[in-house]
Amino acid sequence: MTIRVGEAAEAPSFQKAAFKLLDDAQLRKNVRHATDVITGKRAIVVKEQQDWQQLRATASAIKQHTLAHLDEYLLQFEAACTADGGHVHWASDADEANRIIVDLVKQYSGKEVIKVKTMTSDEIGLNKAFEANGIHPHETDLADMIVQLGHDKPSHIVVPALHKNRQQVREIFMEAMGLAELSDKPEDLTNAARRYLRDKFLNVNIGFSGANYLLADTGGVCVVESEGNGRMCVTLPEVLITLAGIEKVIPSFRDLEVFLQLLPRSATGERMNPYNSLWTGIGKGNGPQHFHVVLLDNGRTRILADPEARQTLHCIRCGACLNTCPVYRQTGGHAYGSIYAGPIGAILTPQLFDMQHSQSLPYASSLCGACYEVCPVKINIPEVLIHLRGRVVREQQSGANIEALGMKAMARIFSSSRSFEAAQRLGHIGQWPFVSEGWVKHLPGMLGNWTAVRDMRPLPKQSFRSWWREHEKAKKENADA
Amino acid sequence: MRISLFITCYNDTLFPETGKSVVRLLERLGHQVEFPLEQTCCGQMHYNTGYQIEAGPLMRRFVETFKNAEAVCVPSSSCVAMIRDHYLKMAETAGDPGLVQAVESLLPRVYELSELLVNKLGLEDVNAYYPHCVTYHASCHSLRSLHLNDLPLRLLRKVRGIDLVELQGIDQCCGFGGTFAVKNGDVSAAMLADKLRCVENTRAEVCTAVDNSCLMHIFGGLHRQRTGIKTVHLAEILASTEDEATQ
Amino acid sequence: MPEAANAREAILNRIRTANNAAKATAHAAEYQAIERSYQQTTNLDRETTLQRFKDHLHEYDAHIFEAAPDTIATTIAEVLKSLNQKSAIVADNFPVEALPAGFSWRRESESTTEQLDTAEGGISACEVAIAHTGTIILRGSRKMTLLPDRFLCVVHENQIVDTVPEAMARLEQYKTEPLTFVSGPSATADIEMTRIRGVHGPRFLDVIVVRN
Repeated sequence: MTIRVGEAAEAPSFQKAAFKLLDDAQLRKNVRHATDVITGKRAIVVKEQQDWQQLRATASAIKQHTLAHLDEYLLQFEAACTADGGHVHWASDADEANRIIVDLVKQYSGKEVIKVKTMTSDEIGLNKAFEANGIHPHETDLADMIVQLGHDKPSHIVVPALHKNRQQVREIFMEAMGLAELSDKPEDLTNAARRYLRDKFLNVNIGFSGANYLLADTGGVCVVESEGNGRMCVTLPEVLITLAGIEKVIPSFRDLEVFLQLLPRSATGERMNPYNSLWTGIGKGNGPQHFHVVLLDNGRTRILADPEARQTLHCIRCGACLNTCPVYRQTGGHAYGSIYAGPIGAILTPQLFDMQHSQSLPYASSLCGACYEVCPVKINIPEVLIHLRGRVVREQQSGANIEALGMKAMARIFSSSRSFEAAQRLGHIGQWPFVSEGWVKHLPGMLGNWTAVRDMRPLPKQSFRSWWREHEKAKKENADA
Repeated sequence: MRISLFITCYNDTLFPETGKSVVRLLERLGHQVEFPLEQTCCGQMHYNTGYQIEAGPLMRRFVETFKNAEAVCVPSSSCVAMIRDHYLKMAETAGDPGLVQAVESLLPRVYELSELLVNKLGLEDVNAYYPHCVTYHASCHSLRSLHLNDLPLRLLRKVRGIDLVELQGIDQCCGFGGTFAVKNGDVSAAMLADKLRCVENTRAEVCTAVDNSCLMHIFGGLHRQRTGIKTVHLAEILASTEDEATQ
Repeated sequence: MPEAANAREAILNRIRTANNAAKATAHAAEYQAIERSYQQTTNLDRETTLQRFKDHLHEYDAHIFEAAPDTIATTIAEVLKSLNQKSAIVADNFPVEALPAGFSWRRESESTTEQLDTAEGGISACEVAIAHTGTIILRGSRKMTLLPDRFLCVVHENQIVDTVPEAMARLEQYKTEPLTFVSGPSATADIEMTRIRGVHGPRFLDVIVVRN
């Protein structure tokens, strides 16, 4: 089985990537601006929603329940979808999903596909598989189009091109669309995209989408979007292929009343996003004549097996955690090396790999907890991060690395007050090589990262407990006197 | 009241003034302070970095040390968060019903300093005097684990002579994050830079918080940039009176 | 395809094994026992609900007109005249008596995709509307409400509910049919977070609210 999460397995560590990205002032300005705007809008619409916490609680309970009966719900979905003329396929891993989808396109003699945004297709590397088989995919989400035409990578779940400014977009469009002239006003850029894509929507016969929700009771699919390209892709072509992670299923149509209130507010700070499309199978025929759903595992069942971390699969891909994360705010999404970035990416990416790759990601967090506060399905991301750090430590090849040795030594030091006080005394002696002019100028090894940007005072002459002993002695003497 | 002090390993070693201030303050308020010398560390650094196994004995030690305490005062919200958020689960995972019971019995008696003062002792005015311009940073654990809300601010507002200035981005993480500060030093530095900017914009002389972990990180940057701004733990401000002129 | 059958069985087995190992059902509520204490009905009266609906449509620059049940046709005529619009694609189930004379109509099912693409606008009714979110929910009529640049929707007052849960309850009977939730013209903020209206789909939305 080959689990693939985009190119995350080959990505540099978060630390390495972050160091480079912190130098990109344009990127940091864009990320800061984008996250400020969305968090501001989100705060307003959440505040006005009196039952926000109740909605979160129910959503979390629905997800927890669904995962506990995931096999039943997937089977129910399959039966209902098939009964209405759809076809359901199952893919254990990325390669299998790609094979199924490419074969379907070939089956319908397709050379081009119009695609609606879905990160799941980036996860499996679908576009590469298409190109390798002579099939040209057209991304139709504006940001994904910017990323595709600019030969780039997405940097955010909901606003993938937020690292690009208007001048950069203008250049990309002029070249890709063969335009002699184009202003850099966002309205004009958007109009150029509208004209360019209209032609594709009307003429390409195969549409490809993801799914925000799979409805088990009806066999239906729900796609949530803002731009209208989703409606175009799921309505106009003759053939529609929908790829969805197995965790996307919810028990019933009615459950949408919870998620459709949480998702738009969390993702874009709106009471409701412009368009939601719901359909089942091929229905009465006012839409695609052939409908296929590909259910994807690609490591999700492994995550399900971990009681501490399976809540990761509650995620509804709103991006709120990215927008609020003080770490993401500094680096943007590319630092995580994965299509899934930010706090959710830090827990989802390594787990899909069963912790074989992306081990630096669980440490890409100060555990501030802001993500948990905003998560609409109440994933306790800090708890999962800590849990995954435990897995990284326990599954290390050797426990003899410097950090592990240091940690074990500290644990011994803390094991008794005697060893603790001895270490305090040793610290007083041992610090002198590092002290100059009354300040600790430089610490050895990884601790040097501390003194690289911070001044540090030497240890105070007297520890608290040493003072306490004197304090108690003085009190006793006063009492005796 | 008989109040047992859990000073925390890093305060004991690096910030004894904070501990002394807690003692001075509580004794001034008429309480008896105890300091069980067997205490060492709550285990947070190990637990959060992935060394949960090594944190186990530290948890047991804490529970054993304080099992008979009437109230435990902890001048560090991150340590209280460790105890409150994780000790019970650790005891359950260890499969030790006696330990579980001991943790359940102890948890309600553990207080962060401002919780102790306001919620347990019912005080907001502790008769403090601190004639300086001060801004308050809300540490992440105090905000999101302990939900202290404005307890520390209510205490600060009653300090005589204080000039309290609001900190922009008060709830933004300062970037310390324990071992994060060295394992992801660059991002930590970037987050610190944002926090320093906000502190400097207040024109305060002093930045305070309920955690010396945040403060030593913030001070490290404030001093490196020669801003002249100091960091002072909440306890030291509250302990300060006209007589003692603590700084 | 034997491969396909293998993946299906393999995935289902992995799910069952994982859930057993994690004792999942012990920690999760049964479906009927899931607590739903979010708001599911409304305290608002009809007038307030209607006003809220209009306010939220105004927020995304939809134009709103009022009509009585017997003046729908004349109102449509006024709206189209004000837009200089002489024709429209009409939803198949839109009542013919509500269509004014003097315009060129074509039913949706009699239109090719190209005709939809070049049409001046589309007209349809809706299934239900949500005041709190400014949403109009369509049943069917997907292409004709998507391709033309203008969309005129006739919403009856008694179709407007306040909350999303109320709307979903009304839609329950149509839950396997194609449904489209429309809450404004399409939009993107992908370029420098500048919100641009009208990417794909109608850029102009006109709503006629029919008072009872």
